[in-house]
Amino acid sequence: MTKTLSKIKESASDIYQKILKKKQPSMTFPLRVLNNVKYDPKKGFFELLGKTKIRTLSVNTVKTFAQTLRMMAISKDLLTTDDMATKREVYYVSKNWGDARFHEQVESDTVMDDVEAMFMVNREQLGFSADEHGGDVAGELIVIDKNPDTKKVIKIDCTKFGSGAYSIPTSVEHLEFETDAKFILAIETKGMFERLNRHNYWKKVHCVIVSMGGVPSRACRRFIRKLADEKKLPVYVFSDGDPYGWSSIYRTLKVGSGNAAHINEFFCVPQARFLGITAQDITDYKLPTHPLKDVDLKKIKDLFKNDPFIQSHKEWAKELKLLEQMGKRAEQQALAAHGLNFVMEKYLPQKLKHPEKFLP
Amino acid sequence: MVQKKLTEISGDKEPVKEVIKAEELAKKQREISVAEFFAKNRHLLGFDNPRKALLTTIKEAVDNSLDACEEMRVPPDIIVMVSPLEGKEASVADRFLISVEDNGPGIVKQQVPRIFAKLLYGSKFHTMKMSRGQQGIGISAAGMYGQLTTGKPVKITTRISPKKPAMYYELHIDTKKNEPEILKEEETAWDKDHGTRVSIELEAKYVKGRQSVEEYLKQTAIANPHASIIYFSPESQKVDFPRATKDLPMEPKAIKPHPYGVELGMLMNMLKETKARNLQAFLKQEFSRVSPRIAKEICQKAGLFENARPSRIATQEVDKLYKAVNETKIMAPPTNCLAPIGEELMLKGLKKEVNAEFYAAATRPPSVYRGNPFIVEAAVAYGGELPAEELVRVIRFANRVPLLYQQSACAVCKSILETNWRNYSISQSKGALPTAPMVIMVHMASVWVPFTSESKEAIAHYPEIIKEMKLALQECGRQLALFLSRRRKAEHEAKKKSYIETYLPHIGIALKDILSLKEEETKKIDKHLKEILEKHRGSEHDKDIE
Repeated sequence: MTKTLSKIKESASDIYQKILKKKQPSMTFPLRVLNNVKYDPKKGFFELLGKTKIRTLSVNTVKTFAQTLRMMAISKDLLTTDDMATKREVYYVSKNWGDARFHEQVESDTVMDDVEAMFMVNREQLGFSADEHGGDVAGELIVIDKNPDTKKVIKIDCTKFGSGAYSIPTSVEHLEFETDAKFILAIETKGMFERLNRHNYWKKVHCVIVSMGGVPSRACRRFIRKLADEKKLPVYVFSDGDPYGWSSIYRTLKVGSGNAAHINEFFCVPQARFLGITAQDITDYKLPTHPLKDVDLKKIKDLFKNDPFIQSHKEWAKELKLLEQMGKRAEQQALAAHGLNFVMEKYLPQKLKHPEKFLP
Repeated sequence: MVQKKLTEISGDKEPVKEVIKAEELAKKQREISVAEFFAKNRHLLGFDNPRKALLTTIKEAVDNSLDACEEMRVPPDIIVMVSPLEGKEASVADRFLISVEDNGPGIVKQQVPRIFAKLLYGSKFHTMKMSRGQQGIGISAAGMYGQLTTGKPVKITTRISPKKPAMYYELHIDTKKNEPEILKEEETAWDKDHGTRVSIELEAKYVKGRQSVEEYLKQTAIANPHASIIYFSPESQKVDFPRATKDLPMEPKAIKPHPYGVELGMLMNMLKETKARNLQAFLKQEFSRVSPRIAKEICQKAGLFENARPSRIATQEVDKLYKAVNETKIMAPPTNCLAPIGEELMLKGLKKEVNAEFYAAATRPPSVYRGNPFIVEAAVAYGGELPAEELVRVIRFANRVPLLYQQSACAVCKSILETNWRNYSISQSKGALPTAPMVIMVHMASVWVPFTSESKEAIAHYPEIIKEMKLALQECGRQLALFLSRRRKAEHEAKKKSYIETYLPHIGIALKDILSLKEEETKKIDKHLKEILEKHRGSEHDKDIE
């Protein structure tokens, strides 16, 4: 924490000195885009290349420049008082800034991401926290946490939530785990998670199931990574069979994203493997499909062109080509066409017999 | 089927027609006087309807007054009065008394009847000289219109010198003979030293707006900044159009016709009427820019003897002569016969009558169409109180006379349409006038303005004229574009400045928060930042650097 604090002060002081010398102050950020990342399968995550953006104080940048500095001032306050503020709270704090206030939360989120990237830290280190949900967990796992007030150790048994589930907190660094599970199954939709949880599917195959609820949040990614690393568990991902499920969900979980490239190293799960739904599954299981939309086709083209992950895994390139040729996509719930429990009785058991066939 | 039937019918009828004997026809054939012709074809002269009649009458009288004053070289003082008759309100009245008074030279006794009550009588038709009136139809036609619609005579008061008494006349026109009838002729008391007042009672309708008397007078004031016009409207309101300068326009000189501008028929007449003894002398004396050498050349080309008697040249030979003239290279006509308004006075005229933000004017060098020298001038007024979302207003002038009707048929309109206003940051839909808070003024000065009809409402589409008009408009457009870009830049600068001042203090606040600065230190930051941004205004952007 104090390290981040001194980084903020150092940077502010730099700017102050420049202004005193009547020189144009500037701030340097790494560019947070896909074409500024490289992917080395051995390292397992998207790494930043050296491209940076320099925000020099000028007429065109004066507003964002001021907002960035004020964001740093909030962080400095939070860190000195050992407090936290959610992204949405920060957005509301800006409403006191008069004309420099943010009009939408996306604007304040972007500036926050800039500050994160500038200091190469994650938002929690700046005293900010996400207001997105972290994800749900059920199965053979005991999470060891502390009571925030009494600091007493609490053991949370994830088998004992009944039809509910354990909710991943925004910060997971202090958590510890006890488990005998054989693997982690990360699921795209809440609906599929509920079906498996209702039937205690995790008991049958001895696993931990996690609902990502769309694109996994940073906390969710970090939770899975920490659990998998510490307990040496394989991670299998079960998503829709479409470009969005494969890249935005699976790829983000596994190697991170372009936008958060400065923190991918910690917020990724390189050991994740892809269970389904694959393009082959659509044919093999005669799944009901929807045609690929224009956005899907555009996404496929874009992935081939810009995504270093797809570019370095020919299996994925093949998969995307196949899907493009079929012109179809299938959701994971499409398995219900063969009976509601088909997924537990046939699909998953057949798949789990051959983990070596999972896509990288 | 139908076709066949038609031919049958016409086949039947044709022989019937031939039965009418030529002798019988001859009984009906007699001379038609000009006055009679125009009485039946009043629309040709701009008396199509009561609304237009009012305007045309005032127009003809004011034109005459201005011409007269300029000939005398006095700054015109013109008083126009329009009053409704029969005790009705202006908006519903159908009979008006119009009276136009000037401080011109007055008219000598013998001429008064003919000038005001004989069509095609005037001093202007036979000279090649720039003037408002041309054919000598105008004022007498107005008088005749009044007489036809109300039965009342034209009333004239005129005085040629303080030493002589003012004269008062009441005149009728004999439409059959095209001759004036004097109803009254007497001495009268008048407080003017010299000048003329003409009063006409006529059936008319008073309207407001684009084609109103007031608009006409306003435009007249723009094109004649040396004139003072006072207008008493039918609603008894006094409108003053003060003069902007005492300098009279340069006096236009009369020139002889240029050979290129003469048509075959006219050439025949000139040959008949000339006093020259032989063809060569005729060409040299009657035309401008024909030297003895050129005259000789024309004769040779036409295959005619230089010594031939002009009046003896036969029809066929005229044809040859006409062709030869047009095949010979002849110097362009002299242009000192033209008196343009000039850029400075156009601006003065516009400024006093149109409240705008920016004005530009351009006077082109003289040019020639069909042997007639002419000058085109254009001016624009932009912004200010002018309506922003409407099509531009076009005001057209020919020899300083406003043209209010038939705008779309006029060469001015065509020239504006063919000018690409978008080049000058003015929006313009395809095939339409530009849309802008703008007035466009175009003036054509010539010894002979080619109108599309005798009512003198639209200038004919000669390519040479349109080309000059476009060049003048483009010149104004360039000046306007420069103004607009400067104004945009200034607006942009002001916007930038307020933008900077909005956000700058926040840098100081943030630095103060982070570094726990003192109040004076924060103030210093603000001051320095302002200097830094003034210096680097807009030169730096977010940059991506490898």
